[in-house]
Amino acid sequence: MNRSSIDLWVGVFVVAGIAGLLFLALKVGNLATFSNSQVYQVQAKFANIGGLKARAPVKSAGVVVGRVADIRFDNESYEAIVSINIDYNYQFPRDTTAKILTSGILGEQYLGLEAGGDGVMLKNGDRLRLTQSAVVLENLISQFLFSKAAEGKPEAKESGK
Amino acid sequence: MQQSPAAQRVVAQPIAHPIVDIRKLSFGYDPKRPVLRNIDLAIERGSVVGIMGQSGCGKTTLLRVIMGALRPSAGEARVLGHAIKELDREGLYAMRRKMGMLFQFGALFTDQSVYENVAFPLREHTDLPEDLINDLVMLKLHAVGLRGAAHLAPTELSGGMARRVALARSIALDPQLILYDEPFTGLDPISFGVIVRLIRELNDSLGATSIIVTHDVQEALRVVDYVHFMAAGRVIAQGRPDEIRSSSEPFVRQFVNGSSEGPVPFHYPAPAYDADLELATH
Amino acid sequence: MRVADVRARLERLGTGVTFHVLRLGFASRFLGHLVLHSGTALRRFRLTTAEIYFAGVLSLIIILVSGLFVGMVLALQGYDTLQRFGASESLGVLVALSLVRELGPVVAGLLFASRAGSAITAEIGLMKATEQLSAMEMMAVDPIARVVAPRFWGGVLSMPLLAALFSAMGIFGGYLVGVQLIGVDAGAFWSQMQAAVDVRNDILNGVIKSAVFGVAVTWIAVFEGYDAPPTAEGVSRATTRTVVTSSLAILALDFVLTALMFTGGTHQ
Repeated sequence: MNRSSIDLWVGVFVVAGIAGLLFLALKVGNLATFSNSQVYQVQAKFANIGGLKARAPVKSAGVVVGRVADIRFDNESYEAIVSINIDYNYQFPRDTTAKILTSGILGEQYLGLEAGGDGVMLKNGDRLRLTQSAVVLENLISQFLFSKAAEGKPEAKESGK
Repeated sequence: MQQSPAAQRVVAQPIAHPIVDIRKLSFGYDPKRPVLRNIDLAIERGSVVGIMGQSGCGKTTLLRVIMGALRPSAGEARVLGHAIKELDREGLYAMRRKMGMLFQFGALFTDQSVYENVAFPLREHTDLPEDLINDLVMLKLHAVGLRGAAHLAPTELSGGMARRVALARSIALDPQLILYDEPFTGLDPISFGVIVRLIRELNDSLGATSIIVTHDVQEALRVVDYVHFMAAGRVIAQGRPDEIRSSSEPFVRQFVNGSSEGPVPFHYPAPAYDADLELATH
Repeated sequence: MRVADVRARLERLGTGVTFHVLRLGFASRFLGHLVLHSGTALRRFRLTTAEIYFAGVLSLIIILVSGLFVGMVLALQGYDTLQRFGASESLGVLVALSLVRELGPVVAGLLFASRAGSAITAEIGLMKATEQLSAMEMMAVDPIARVVAPRFWGGVLSMPLLAALFSAMGIFGGYLVGVQLIGVDAGAFWSQMQAAVDVRNDILNGVIKSAVFGVAVTWIAVFEGYDAPPTAEGVSRATTRTVVTSSLAILALDFVLTALMFTGGTHQ
């Protein structure tokens, strides 16, 4: 193996390795979609964020428009404060609603934005006033049982026991 | 019955400006078991000197001290004017650039050709252009008679040829001091004669000093100017070849004559013979 | 009698542990010396590229073929389980995440250790046994800078590239089996994969893992070679030790790194 063919093969190897990395980053990962676009940040308060995590997608009409940046707990109002990074290209009105939804039946949770009708748009640092917390399974079940029990009582009264 | 060798009895003639000057040198890997004991030795510039002795007498260790691979536990070793004990890595490397060493089986770099092996010290330590290096490499290879083998790989060489290439490599930078570690081991008679001739020729043409560590008595006595004879870590005799041949020191006599009886016994220490054979002794 | 036995065993255990701790210390100093004297390896980059060739390029075949097969098997096994939950369209996600996060760095690392790591140990060990390293030392050239450092950097630079190629080949293999052979929808395969694999979290972490493994394996390989007893038996034992120690190190480091990187739900 003489010098120049070693150099050639090493060059080929390095190029192939970098190509592999690029393939992984672009075709396999989500580099192409999102990383370096400009974002602006808004905040929303929730009574319960359920399973929402940082970097969870923020979708509107099913399309990803941003990412959850950070989730903190407000010790005074005992609510969760979620910071949202929204892509600069997408403008939302001030009365947009933020809901925590689940993809599929048992999938991961994401933040859904439903645009309102206000003429003024959200700016960096604004707060979304209308929010809907995550659906917690236990609450749902106890609600269901409670309503079933409530239905049962008037029926019992009617059938005259 | 073993005798411990007598301490140095022969008094050497003082040499002015010895190239290697060793005084009261002691060394041991383990301080309780010294390999070298209280050695006094001086080597005159321009001479070919032999350090001889039985296997395990410490001669290879002494060589390693001279080349700076080992630090003296006690005493002093001065080589080419530098005190070994005081040298740091930089100093050691600077000293070694003026020395050449031939290892027992050549120690050629197996991933490089003969040419590249000889060119190695030139490329590493000088900024000479390639055509000048080419001339020097060819010169050195010609001196050892292997200019035609320049493009062979070390694995294609016989033992004798490999050693000659290693010799060419060790003189690439025209050293002042050349060290030989058992250069005659395993050579056929012709290669033997060639190496012997080369040692003397190169030493004289380079104006260098050569130190040969060996136990090939008869051949070495023919080429050296002076001999230091070692046993059990001490120098027990020294002198010119004819003085050594006619020495009355028992160790030296046994060694020079190659006899199996003498101060170095034939039998390794063992219990009584009949005990090992389990003969009934009542 | 029994107490003396136990005591002897404990003493041997203690000596063994001390020996290994001392060895680890020596190995660390060796690494420090190596890194500090890497000037030659980096200035005369030719030396290092030659080593990238021997460690990286010559490992390509085994890495690419293994990657392909691992990806194909992942797709087969994965499909079998996923389709039971009606989630067969997530096959791409399964294959990609398994490879990029774990199998790519780990399996490529294990293969690298056994092919390139053992070769490096054998080479350095043999050079030591035939006194080539001493000869170099005697010619006032630091063998660690000239022989060991280029091999170290060659291995460290090759490893992440090999892991990336392993993962890429594996995903391709998964595509071949999943889409072409089994019939999973190509669009779903790639789009779900893209949605689930995050560049920072998954791919970058995989690259970091492979870099850490590269350092660990190559360090072990050059050290075992340099420290090997200069005999035939010594070198062959050292080679075996390289493969075993590297493999264990990869798996242990993998656990530590995974715990640090992919902790999932502990923080939001």
